[in-house]
Amino acid sequence: MNRSNVADDSTDVAGRTTNHIVPRLRPAGLRATWFLGALAVLVLVVVAGVAFGPVSLPPGAVAAELVNRVFGTDLDTGLTSQQAAIVWKLRLPRVLLALLVGAMLALAGGCYQGVFRNPLADPMLLGVAAGAGLGATLFIVARAHGLSLSTQLLPIAAFVGALAALGATYLLGAAGGRRQGTVTLILAGVAVSTFLTAVQTFVQQRNVDTIASVYSWLLGRLTVASWAEVRMLLPYVLVTAILVLLRRRELDVLSVGDSEAAALGLHPKRSRLILLLAASLGTAAAVSVSGLIGFVGVVVPHIVRLLAGRSYRSILPLSLLVGASFLILADLIARTVSAPAELPIGVVTAFIGAPFFVLVMRTTKESAP
Amino acid sequence: MTAIIVSDLSVRLGGNPVLSGVDLTVEAGEWLTVIGPNGAGKSTLLHAMAGLIPAVGTVTWNGGSLDGLSRRQRSQRVAVVPQHPVVPPGITVFDYVLLGRTPHIPSLGRESQRDLAIVERVCGRLDLLGFATRHLDTLSGGERQRAFLARALAQLDGSLDTVLLLDEPTSALDIGHQQEVLELVDSLRVDAGFTVVSTMHELSIAGEYADRLVLLAKGEVVAVGSPTEVLTHALLSEHYGANIEVIETASGPVVVPVRRGLPG
Repeated sequence: MNRSNVADDSTDVAGRTTNHIVPRLRPAGLRATWFLGALAVLVLVVVAGVAFGPVSLPPGAVAAELVNRVFGTDLDTGLTSQQAAIVWKLRLPRVLLALLVGAMLALAGGCYQGVFRNPLADPMLLGVAAGAGLGATLFIVARAHGLSLSTQLLPIAAFVGALAALGATYLLGAAGGRRQGTVTLILAGVAVSTFLTAVQTFVQQRNVDTIASVYSWLLGRLTVASWAEVRMLLPYVLVTAILVLLRRRELDVLSVGDSEAAALGLHPKRSRLILLLAASLGTAAAVSVSGLIGFVGVVVPHIVRLLAGRSYRSILPLSLLVGASFLILADLIARTVSAPAELPIGVVTAFIGAPFFVLVMRTTKESAP
Repeated sequence: MTAIIVSDLSVRLGGNPVLSGVDLTVEAGEWLTVIGPNGAGKSTLLHAMAGLIPAVGTVTWNGGSLDGLSRRQRSQRVAVVPQHPVVPPGITVFDYVLLGRTPHIPSLGRESQRDLAIVERVCGRLDLLGFATRHLDTLSGGERQRAFLARALAQLDGSLDTVLLLDEPTSALDIGHQQEVLELVDSLRVDAGFTVVSTMHELSIAGEYADRLVLLAKGEVVAVGSPTEVLTHALLSEHYGANIEVIETASGPVVVPVRRGLPG
């Protein structure tokens, strides 16, 4: 009569079963509706981001122009060549840069939260962002002192800084006792972050002549976005996204802790290391073109988690999409709210992110982890 | 047939010897229970048998060395239910049991229809279908223990010569649920033909369900044999430092603690 009796007939744990029940239950994972919804929002936000600004363009025409460019069609957009140039040379690179940076920070944040099994873990907390910041600052200062370095190498400098910081965090965390695990690691990250930020401030003070360019970088700048930045960032984003998304199921397995994950056939340390390196590479690359933009890495994965469930199989891909939309929107607000002046984007991410986060937290039954 | 041979196994944790020179043979399909006072090394022995902690000595499974298998291959054959399994917040029972299929799912792939069918079948067998979409952290102790077992069963499904390692499977349960869970393990063992090695504190219950008992004290095996051979007044009072009485009953020896200094 009931299902358990039906299932009893075929019980055979040694696997000699021939009777396969068609499963009705679905595992946690990325639901098509959420994915398509997030994708649709992203497309809308991209169009809005390109259409609105000091000179607003009709969104329909912008959409047609983008379709023409992407699919090689020949729709009538009604845009003048000057307007097309605004779309193509000014707005689109900036929107795409915000897309890549937002996607990367949110994905990395979600990944760190899974790797450390700590909801507070994010690029800022583990010293990764501070390390990337110091690496980039040293790079900018070295260039100002006449070292001929290609700006293309800036992400590498940031990545080296990020890795050094992550390594320091890891070593300090390990020295504090392996049993304590993630808590010690987070504490070590806070110490490393603080220390590196102090070093960075020191370096800046010693190089007052270049302080302006470092400072504007630190505040987060998408203002100078061009296709060059987009091209520079894209490969890192792709590598990180592929590495992390392919391994998203491992983060669900890691949620039962290292010892049980090992008993389930995983190499927890190895998979953690790969995920950490990938997320740090993406963070460093994003930070190197955009500066330090806070809040995205913590809040976006949590919003996704509260709305679409706790499995990393859905959190990570959705964070990528939602993070991208979030930052494009934040940038749109940053450059329109007090136009022609621009707000630092970090101010906007915090200003809209925090209340929205609280709203989501209050309106969903599940409490934050 | 022999399922596991442990020979001259020694483990040091944090520089302290926890196990020294342990020799042990587990027959295929039997239920072997490791007993011993706190800190005797019971859990450590269990985890070393699964190859989950570094140990000196050899562990042989079905004639092959443990080291010859990849971790994934090992995990397809041996499942561990720890004493206090981690309960990830917000995970459904179905997803939790599905985690057991991890060693069978390609490392970058996803679960197959077969994996899902196995999970559903195991949930059915353990009366968990009604809870399948409930969150694991909302279940009672007995229901949770069934979910932990279900994950282990899902893990072993589809492999031959499998071993289930249970670390204190009943420590969080009342006496009725203890019996329920142990009966379940026993019937699953008989149905599926796997080998069970468990650790247990409750001596009388340990004796009722195990084919053989191993008494571990200070990291060494001090007695192996049938419950009647191991649950003796002499052995238990020496190694537990307890004042006890052993009563022979129809279902085996029952160990009763007796307050010291009371007359009689």
